[in-house]
Formats: sequence, C-alpha cells, structure tokens
Amino acid sequence: MSLSKHLELTGVSIEFPTPKGPFKALDNVNLKIEKGEFVSLIGHSGCGKSTVLNIVAGLHKATTGGVVLEGKEVDEPGPERAVVFQNHSLLPWLSAYENVELAVKQVFKGQKSKAEMKAWIEHNLELVHMTHAMHKRPDEISGGMKQRVGIARALAMEPQVLLMDEPFGALDALTRAHLQDSLMEIQKDLNNTVIMITHDVDEAVLLSDRIVMMTNGPAATVGEILKVELPRPRDRIALADDPQYNHYRHQVLSFLYEKQRKVEDIGQHRSVKKSEEEAVELPKKRAHG
Amino acid sequence: MSSIRMTLAGVSSIAGVKSNDTMSSWLKRSARALGLPLLGLLVFLLIWQAGAKQIHTSLGEFPGPSQVYQQTLSLIADHNAERARETDFYERQEQRNAERIAKDPSYEPKIREYTGKPTFFDQIGTSLVTVLAGFFIAGLIAIPLGICIGLNGALYSALNPIIQLFKPVSPLAWLPLVTMVVSAVYVTPDPLFAKSFLTSLFTVSLCCLWPTLINTAVGVSAVSPDLQNVSKVLRLSWGTHVVKIVLPSSVPMIFTGLRLSLGIAWMVLIAAEMLAQNPGLGKFVWDEFQNGSSDSLGRIMVAVLVIGLIGFLLDRIMLLLQRAFSWDKNAITR
Ligand SMILES: Nc1ncnc2c1ncn2[C@@H]1O[C@H](COP(=O)(O)OP(=O)(O)O)[C@@H](O)[C@H]1O
Ligand SMILES: [Mg+2]
Repeated sequence: MSLSKHLELTGVSIEFPTPKGPFKALDNVNLKIEKGEFVSLIGHSGCGKSTVLNIVAGLHKATTGGVVLEGKEVDEPGPERAVVFQNHSLLPWLSAYENVELAVKQVFKGQKSKAEMKAWIEHNLELVHMTHAMHKRPDEISGGMKQRVGIARALAMEPQVLLMDEPFGALDALTRAHLQDSLMEIQKDLNNTVIMITHDVDEAVLLSDRIVMMTNGPAATVGEILKVELPRPRDRIALADDPQYNHYRHQVLSFLYEKQRKVEDIGQHRSVKKSEEEAVELPKKRAHG
Repeated sequence: MSSIRMTLAGVSSIAGVKSNDTMSSWLKRSARALGLPLLGLLVFLLIWQAGAKQIHTSLGEFPGPSQVYQQTLSLIADHNAERARETDFYERQEQRNAERIAKDPSYEPKIREYTGKPTFFDQIGTSLVTVLAGFFIAGLIAIPLGICIGLNGALYSALNPIIQLFKPVSPLAWLPLVTMVVSAVYVTPDPLFAKSFLTSLFTVSLCCLWPTLINTAVGVSAVSPDLQNVSKVLRLSWGTHVVKIVLPSSVPMIFTGLRLSLGIAWMVLIAAEMLAQNPGLGKFVWDEFQNGSSDSLGRIMVAVLVIGLIGFLLDRIMLLLQRAFSWDKNAITR
C-alpha cells in the first residue's frame, strides 16, 4: 500500500442476500483517490453507485475486499466520512441551524467551546449561503435550500472525505447550476476529498478531476476512468464552447450509450420514457466528433 | 356530530381569508363553508322532528328537537334547585351550630355533608374527571411501554400476541373482573377515592391504552432509514440516538395513538358507567331508563347529544395539543 494514496478501495465485492439467493451487486471494484481530489461516479441507474458510496461510508460492509482511509481500514460509519444524502435527510423537527448543530456538537464535543461551536455552525451555513434562513425548519424551505443545509452539515464535520449521493438530482436545472457553482467555490477553499454520484454528464465533467464510469450491474465494476484536465476555476458558459470540454462529454456519453447501453433502451419507446427520470440524463446538445 | 365538525372546519377557513380576495368570492366561499353545514343541520332537525312523531313507545312519543330543548331547560332548573337546597342545608347547619355554641361554649360543632342526588351536570363532571384520569393513566403506561417495545424487537415479538389478544376485548368483559379486583385489593378505612370511581377508571385505562401502545411502538420502530443513517454517520450513542432521533420522529404517531385512545376512553366510560351503575353520564342514562317517566326519553336524548358534543370537544382539544407539540404539521389535519 503506497502511503501517498489517501483513500483506497481494493477488490471490493458485495453480495446482498435476497429471497432468490445472494445477489452480487459489485464485483472487484478497485479505486485509488488522492487527497483533495474530486471524483464522480457515473453509471446507469441500479448499477451499484450508491452501494459503492455506502461501503466507503461504512453503512454497508463489503463481502470481500475493503476500504482503507489514511492507512486505516473502514469498518463502521463515522463523521470523518460525511455523507450528503440524496434526499437531504435533515431532521424535520429541527431548524437548519439545529441540524448542523447536532453534527457539530457530536464531532467537536470537548474540543470547541459553546461560542466557538456557534461561530462554526454559522460559518458553515454561510458557506452554502443559508444565513438568511438558518432558523427555518426543513418544511419551510425549498428543496435546494434543504440540500444546501445537508451540505453545510456534512462540511461542518470537517470530514476527510465528503460523500455525496446524487446531491442535486432532485433539483431543477437552475438551482442545480447555482449549487454546482457554490460547491466548486467551497471545494477551492477547503480542498476536501469528494466522491460524488451523479447521473448528469455535464455535472460530472464540470466538477470532477476524475470521472469513474461504472459498468451495468449485476456484478458491476469500474469500467473506465476519465481524467478531466480542465483548468480551474471552471466557468460553465465558457466551457460550453470549449472543444476539450466537449471531448470529455463525448467520451462519457459514448461509454454510457454505446459501450454500456442498457438493453431496455433499444426500440421500446415506452420503457425509455418510463425510466427516463432514473436513467442517465440525455445529452442536451450533440457533442461533436 | 359530523355536521358540527364541518361547521368548525368552515369557521377556520373563513379565518384564513386573504385581504386581496374579492368580496364576492369571499361571500361565495363563506356561504359554502357556513351555509352547507347549517343547511345539513336544518334538514337533520326537520327529519328528526317528523320521524320522532311516527315512533310511539311505551313511554310516549319519541323525543323531537323541541322536547329535547324543554328537557335541557328542565335539567338546568333541576340543577339550580339542587344547588339552592345545598346552600340552604349548609346555612341551616351553620346557624344551628352557632346557636348551640352560644348556649354551651364547650360544644364542638359537627359538620355533616350534604347528600343530595347528583344532578345531570354533576354527572357530566364526574364522567369528565374519570375519563381524563383513566386516559392519563393509560398514557402513563402505554407511552413508556410502547417506546420499550418499539426499541426492542425481541420484546415486541414477545408482547405482540398479548397485545393483539387484549386489544379487541370489550369493556363490558373487563368490568366484572376489575370490580372484583378493586373490591379485594382496595381496602382502606379512609378511602381517598370511591371504589366506583376506581372501577370506571381502570376499565377505561385497560380499554384505551392499546392504540397509544401500538402507535407508539410502530412510531418508534419505524424511524426512517435515512435518519438512522444520519445517526450512524454521526456515531451518536444509543441514548443520544433515542433522545434526538427516535423519540422526536415518533411524536406524530404517539399523538395519533393518543387521539384514538381518548375517543375510545370516552365511549368505554359511558358503557361502563351504565353497566356498573357507577356515577357519571352512563348512570344518568340508565337511571332515566329505569325511571320511565314521560320525560325520560327526552332526557336520555339530551344526554346522548351531550355525550357526542363532549366526545367531539375532547377530540378537538387533542388536535390542538397535537398542533402545538408535534413537528409534523401535515399529518394531523385528518
Ligand atoms: N440492501 C439491498 N438488498 C438487496 N439488493 C440491494 C440492496 N441495496 C442495493 N441493492 C441492489 O443493488 C443494485 C445496485 O443498487 P444501487 O447501488 O442503489 O444502484 P445505483 O445507486 O447505481 O442506482 C441494485 O440492483 C439494487 O437492487
Ligand atoms: Mg443510487
């Protein structure tokens, strides 16, 4: 094991027990991630992206293989691997501030004074531009704002790795673009290691240092890894006309729609329509090539 | 009762009128909100009046709305008369004692309690106190036990058959057992509570604790997996997990259970009072039935309406408490 690697998944496989016998969701997933790297996982719905993330989070246990973070084997969940859940998972009876507070109190118990904790909570809510509504409860704020609070809660834990499961999947395009920009800014300042699941090709290319493309399940594994060497800060409008950017998009699209085309997608127009929401987002603009 | 429910719903929607609404649409909406329930009530009264005339019983005609109104007035008059007699009694007693002390300064005055017949309104008071006490005890048992069962799968499996067995038992079946047990166990020379009160109380508790118990257990055991994951990622200790995640997230279910329990408690109490001849509205109904005068059916009808009204008010009060204390504001408008 080389010391330079921050986070390492080695030979990770997992089988879920089902009534019809064990179901092998992942087979021999290998991935090495550097400190401060932004990696996104992309693949068709149901291929096992969430399962990979949950194994890194410690919420699932790999059947074989394992995860090592900073030389330490991951065997249970913990705040050093903070998770931003797809559906925000805020406690509905607490305000935004109190949701972040619960995490901060737990992580910095005995390390920060009351005043320091308050300042830290407010700082993290400010990072995601939520200061104005920090005393509102989840049912009083929009979906995008809830997701911001979820991110603030995760950042406030000062995690070594930030795990995000389709964090912007449920949001409209405009809100999503705002949050992507915020996330890039925060990432620039804090230099967190991030693993993000996405089903949006543009999002993956815009945000990532590397894009990990997964094969279809069952027994899914890492298909290809694409290194995105666009200079930062990245500007979505400038990149829209950038040949390099479009080249990356094309590679991801061709992986998803040619190499790993889902069988149901052929011909059957109705089934395509039905699964459109879950399937990888269709390209909005033809990549040239 | 449902028409009253609709009226209240209408009143609250009128309160929510926005200033920018045009006058005509406001009128239209309030006509719908208030007019329809009132219309329903009016039709009901007409059918009742007409129908009552057709039913002849051995105690005379079935009471219509006008007889019920008369009997309400007469019950109020009875109550006031009884109160006057009571005041008289105490005044005379005081006077007598004062006279005897004047004659013989060493005389120690005796104070005797007035033992008049409880009026309709006294019976209402007794029933209310009993139902609230029984409901309170049921909650005191059901909520903690429900939390334990919900947290512990093994305990749940062990107790589930017992819960399922006792839940559907009618209060009338419990009553003889509770009566005998209270008589046997509660023997003190100077009883703080009447045995009849305790019998009603425990019967009510036994019958109404099940919905709270079951809803609490389900609420506690069905914490959303997402929130459980949050708790795991934060590495909350078991105690913190229960206090910060499990209990708050089960509050709406606990309230749903409590509301069901209170409704059952009220129904059970009236039946228990009738059967056991324990003081309360149930006894009032039974006494009037046995009494069999020409006014009896009218008075029973008054009692029926009052029982319905109190049941409805108890439910509304629980709803207000739920609104005040539960975080889930959507689940409670049902
Ligand atoms: N707890 C589980 N038990 C059984 N099967 C599961 C479980 N979790 C996930 N799976 C299966 O594993 C596969 C991958 O799921 P998931 O990781 O959620 O996919 P993705 O996030 O890529 O859409 C799916 O076929 C899913 O049905
Ligand atoms: Mg998923």
